Amino acid sequence: MSIALSALPISMRRIEKRFGSVPVLRDLNLDVEAGEFLTLLGPSGSGKTTLLMILAGFVRANGGSIKVGGDEIIATPPHKRNIGMVFQNYALFPHMNVSHNIAFALKQRRVPARETAERVEKALDMVKLGGLGERRVDQLSGGQRQRVALARAIVFEPRIVLMDEPLSALDKGLREHMQIELRALHRRLGMTTVYVTHDQREAITMSDRIAVMNAGRIEQLDKPETLYAAPKTQFVAGFIGESNFVPVESRNGSVWYEDRKIRTATPAPAAGQHLMVVRPETLRLVANDEPGDSVNVLDATVGDIIYQGDSFVCYVSLRDGRQLTLRDYCRSDVLARMPAPGQPIRLGLDARDTILVAAEG
Amino acid sequence: MSAQSTLVNDTADATGRDLNARALRADARREELRLLALLSPSLLLVFAIIIVPVGWLFWLSLFDETGALSASNYARFFEQASYVRTFITTFKVAFIVTGACVLLGYPLAYMLSQLPRRAASICLIFVILPFWTSVLVRTYAWLVILQRKGLINSWLIDLGVISQPLPLANNLSGVVIGMTHILLPFLVLPLYASMKTIDTDCLRAGMNLGAGPVATFRQIFFPLSLPGLASGVVIVFVLCLGFFVTPALMGGGKVIMWAMRMEQTTSLYSNWGAGAALGVVLLAVTLALLGLFQWLLGARATGVWSSR
Repeated sequence: MSIALSALPISMRRIEKRFGSVPVLRDLNLDVEAGEFLTLLGPSGSGKTTLLMILAGFVRANGGSIKVGGDEIIATPPHKRNIGMVFQNYALFPHMNVSHNIAFALKQRRVPARETAERVEKALDMVKLGGLGERRVDQLSGGQRQRVALARAIVFEPRIVLMDEPLSALDKGLREHMQIELRALHRRLGMTTVYVTHDQREAITMSDRIAVMNAGRIEQLDKPETLYAAPKTQFVAGFIGESNFVPVESRNGSVWYEDRKIRTATPAPAAGQHLMVVRPETLRLVANDEPGDSVNVLDATVGDIIYQGDSFVCYVSLRDGRQLTLRDYCRSDVLARMPAPGQPIRLGLDARDTILVAAEG
Repeated sequence: MSAQSTLVNDTADATGRDLNARALRADARREELRLLALLSPSLLLVFAIIIVPVGWLFWLSLFDETGALSASNYARFFEQASYVRTFITTFKVAFIVTGACVLLGYPLAYMLSQLPRRAASICLIFVILPFWTSVLVRTYAWLVILQRKGLINSWLIDLGVISQPLPLANNLSGVVIGMTHILLPFLVLPLYASMKTIDTDCLRAGMNLGAGPVATFRQIFFPLSLPGLASGVVIVFVLCLGFFVTPALMGGGKVIMWAMRMEQTTSLYSNWGAGAALGVVLLAVTLALLGLFQWLLGARATGVWSSR
């Protein structure tokens, strides 16, 4: 017998949640595809945890609809939802050993003792904790508790699995290791998973798609690579990855930074003020004779240069005093041309790397 | 730094031994002595006000009325039926009062733990408030309420519920009512404190895993509240064993408890040896009970001695 998880789609419609008169979620619509690993990413207070709590049934929405595989569950009490959840602090039962923690859901479902034992064993093996079933919870390390919480959340073959910042309590090395493991487990079992985090790198590493949340709304829902390469708003551009913003103006069908025309890969947007998103790794130091037709050249002055071993970060200021960050790897050809602080330089930005977003207030 | 470097040269010739072992041992000894010196005032105090009087009590209990060394004070417990009755009454009252405190206190502590912080602290004031009033005053207040012509009986008779007054005071029920009221906070406070530490995510996890409200309470909340309940029960039970004022006033002379017997023996019959023996036995029984609780619930669970 193996653990067979279902892959059901989730469809959330017009979810509204107010705490008192303070709106937390506003007309929120979200579809999670069957078997998808979807991450709710956002700063604290963006409503991502509230949305997860509404999905789990611990918080009651003011309105809306949640369908899991076609069944409406918005008014179903949490113990009848059949949803697995991994809590931020694991929430393991301290008065039970590892096996009893994992068997808890099976016991509630009156699964025969023999089958329960087999499934618990299976789940323990799956999270690489075989043989630790008799341990007390307080005898486990953080990573092991994390695994027990995971095993407990999937052993009863829930319809969907929710995870609330499950890795935030782990140290960096273990967290990165668990990210890869969680992802592998998801690939293997294929359960529909909704994951909450405020760590954009974690979201990018693990997710099939990311819903970036801000002030109770979903700002953008896309694949990680699309979110990074083509953010639709200033908030998304600022939240995912490092960004510098340069104010530009669209007029007469082209984009201008001060008196300099900016070459873009896409047609110029509607006339008016816009922001150009400049990622540190897309900027290059260019020699005087080098730039091709497709490269925008900006004049700047070198500020501080920070050496980081594999790479370096160079802070530069444009002619109008605006600060930009440039990051590149320490290859010998780059190092050979490394400017000194205070020196004027020319920055190259490929037209294909230009990102334009609307300027927000 | 410089002191260390000279030490290294000092014992560098020692072969096969830890470097600076002697100096480190001496340092450890000095630290122990310093700690002992710091502790000595409190140790002296404990010795003067606990060890000496208890030892003296024990010493007294070994002499009979004529001043001769004998075990007669202890033999009395087995020979005289009244002593055995007192012993049984004391434990009976302690059991009933503890049980009543649990029945009343658990739901109260549970409610307090579930209330929002502000409301909980207001309600807690009402739990603690009686602490600030004298036990004597509260006991007399109960007497006024419960006696034959007291508030309850006159109301019930006026309402026509009963025709004869209920025997509420001057008997066992009076003692139990009075003691339960006075000892209830001793159960509620540790229980409330332990309930507050129960992680609400654990309860959510229980529901998430398919346990309904009743099952979540029974399988998660209740077991996790047991350490607090155990410490409350131990405190109330032990306090019951030595309780004097309330049973003396509310029992109407019909409920003779251990402490009352002690008072009679010493002040009425001036038999200090017998009184001391009663004290020694009460102390021994209390310690034995605490040991038993500790053993039954595991050292971690009672929380009386451990920090959690």
